[in-house]
Amino acid sequence: MRSKLNLPQDKIDRARALAASICAPVLEFIEQHTTVTVERATLRLLGADGASPDGIPVPNLVVDALRDRLGEGVAAWYANALLQTGLEQAELDRRIAEGFSIATLPMGDRQRALELASELAARNFARIDANRAFRQAKQEEYKGRNHSPLLYLIVATGNIYEDVKQAQAAALHGADVIAVIRTTAQSLLDYVPYGATTEGFGGTYATQENFRIMRQALDEVMERERRYIYQTNYASGLCMPEIAAMGALERLDMMLNDSMYGILFRDINMYRTFVDQRFSRMINAYSGIIINTGEDNYLTTSDAFEKAYTVLASQFLNERFAYAAGLQPWQMGLGHAFEMDPSIKNGILYELAQAQMAREIFPEHPLKYMPPTKHMSGDIFKGLVMDNMFNFVSKATGQGIHLLGMLTEAIHTPFMMDRHIAVETALYVMNGIDAIMDEIEFRPDGLIVRRAHEVLDRTVQFLEEVERIGLMQSIEQAMFADIARPRTGGKGFEGLVPRLETYANPVEDRLERALGLAH
Amino acid sequence: MATIIRPYGDTMNDGKVQLSFTLPVPCGSRGMEAARRLVHAWGFHECEVVHAAPMSEEFTFFVVYAATHHGIDWDTVEGDRDDSEKSMTMDEINAFIKEKIGRKVVVVGACTGFDAHTVGIDAIMNMKGYNHHYGLERYEMIEAHNLGAQVPNQKLIEYACAHNADAILVSQVVTQKESHIHTLTEFIELLEAQGLRGRFICIAGGPRITNKLAAKLGFDAGFGRGTYAEDVATFIVRRMTAS
Repeated sequence: MRSKLNLPQDKIDRARALAASICAPVLEFIEQHTTVTVERATLRLLGADGASPDGIPVPNLVVDALRDRLGEGVAAWYANALLQTGLEQAELDRRIAEGFSIATLPMGDRQRALELASELAARNFARIDANRAFRQAKQEEYKGRNHSPLLYLIVATGNIYEDVKQAQAAALHGADVIAVIRTTAQSLLDYVPYGATTEGFGGTYATQENFRIMRQALDEVMERERRYIYQTNYASGLCMPEIAAMGALERLDMMLNDSMYGILFRDINMYRTFVDQRFSRMINAYSGIIINTGEDNYLTTSDAFEKAYTVLASQFLNERFAYAAGLQPWQMGLGHAFEMDPSIKNGILYELAQAQMAREIFPEHPLKYMPPTKHMSGDIFKGLVMDNMFNFVSKATGQGIHLLGMLTEAIHTPFMMDRHIAVETALYVMNGIDAIMDEIEFRPDGLIVRRAHEVLDRTVQFLEEVERIGLMQSIEQAMFADIARPRTGGKGFEGLVPRLETYANPVEDRLERALGLAH
Repeated sequence: MATIIRPYGDTMNDGKVQLSFTLPVPCGSRGMEAARRLVHAWGFHECEVVHAAPMSEEFTFFVVYAATHHGIDWDTVEGDRDDSEKSMTMDEINAFIKEKIGRKVVVVGACTGFDAHTVGIDAIMNMKGYNHHYGLERYEMIEAHNLGAQVPNQKLIEYACAHNADAILVSQVVTQKESHIHTLTEFIELLEAQGLRGRFICIAGGPRITNKLAAKLGFDAGFGRGTYAEDVATFIVRRMTAS
């Protein structure tokens, strides 16, 4: 790709160095802690399954029973229970679901227990390896059949069986990526609901069974259309690692996973989120999942023109945290959005400048570009034009993952025909300008080039300020998204646990070894 | 004499409308005829199916133009609120508060229940506002507290009490399965159970909220699409000085 903006490489390098320095103390903190959901995700990857009659998942029951021992890691205790009782794993899980507490069993040979935990992990990792191999084989088989950028559509009925119908229709319309929006309350639940669900508000519960049902449906369409259909769900919230584990086991392809989204936009405790995001991202990395980060949220909360630098700054931080969790650039779907006020003169040119800037700074990353939402009104006709200006900019700047805008945004969850219109018009624009950027250069002193340079400059200044103050302090001072979050405030703080010297986690060891992160 | 109104295409009283919809039928001449007859059955005439596109094997998207004879008497129509009551501007509101109230007006707002959307409450309250209409935080004579989204109703009430609020704004964006009605009803019930209803001016807001709906649920006012901070502020200060 030839540069059109001539962004100074030394400034980009400076921003990356600042991001590394900003994240370093946070990563140090992360290493010294675990959380209830990190331990539950560990149990899930040891194969712990099932739920109590009133719906409490077995991983929660185990972690709750071992609440005062989490600093040692639960893996040894769970494996110890298998050794002490001599039960098959499924039988032990069934008894736990019925009320048996493994905390009542004394620890036998801890080393032997950890070895058994390692063997259990190996079984589930083999399943993830097979998922990854299957995905690669299918993507190879249907190479060149997906759109560029990938067209991403959302379904959100609340009922997984209804979602399946809409998802299949959307994939037949031309979608490459199907995301099932979650029910509004789920990000604040400190457990993952169990089984297939048919009730939700504004979306559908993310459960492992729902993942499996959707996977099967999308695979059917894949074979019919001879096009790989990417399945997406949301890791963000209080259960990031567990949802990442479920996604790995059921072969999801993308997951929303932002290092700070939960802190800023869901008021989840910052320590908790930082620890959770790393473990969840290691699982995403291992399972070949592309993460989608949530920078678009900065622009729906703050002004998209004035606060453009917060998006770029967050992209650098998300990239740094992603590297630290073993993700490769091709797995980093860094987010941004087309959210400028439509009344700004040359606003579309500024959007073009920023989208091209993101492309040039993150050349290997499948950037996730979000459509206008904040300034969409009930005027569906103008809204459709705004969506197509977004389509134009996205194609022209080579974005990777393109969330299709809906002309009825801000009115209702999309009708089937809304998605149809979105796909039809996007394909028209994208097909019609396929080679545009090979044909066009920007004036070196023009408005577009100047805008990109300004945003990069401002980003470096901002990151310098964050480095000086410290990331956690910066969040406390509302430097991100104009939202202040105290260190020990927010939801889920009580689920944070310091690791003891004796902490052991065979799942984490395996992930770190495989991802080249071992110390 | 009654003033009968009908849609206007290019000639007075031609009654022309544009419709688009989906039918669960395959695309083809039979599907197009089905669309035409359906629109006819709704009471339209001159039905013209101008576009039919398959969305899958079983679903077709239609665009139809048609005309209606039906009209209604304009003189009998009542709006959700009195359109002749114009809202004041931010400067007028600040001056009004200084003169008639003589202290800062305290407004507390949140998107309550499980609804995670701050877009509505932010448009009214945040400094920046929306569409070049500044939000309440910008008003010199208003002390605005925006608690954000997913705030429990009870927490909002407690906060309003602790800060001696004059008005409480409750935003609801998600309306699936009527969740907004449940949340708004619960809010008023909580206030009444604690004997606090009379203490605050209560305002509901959101894309599906109307003044009539809000009044029915026990609020003092409701504001829907197209509302700006000055509309809400004008209502609050007029109500505070009304008695």
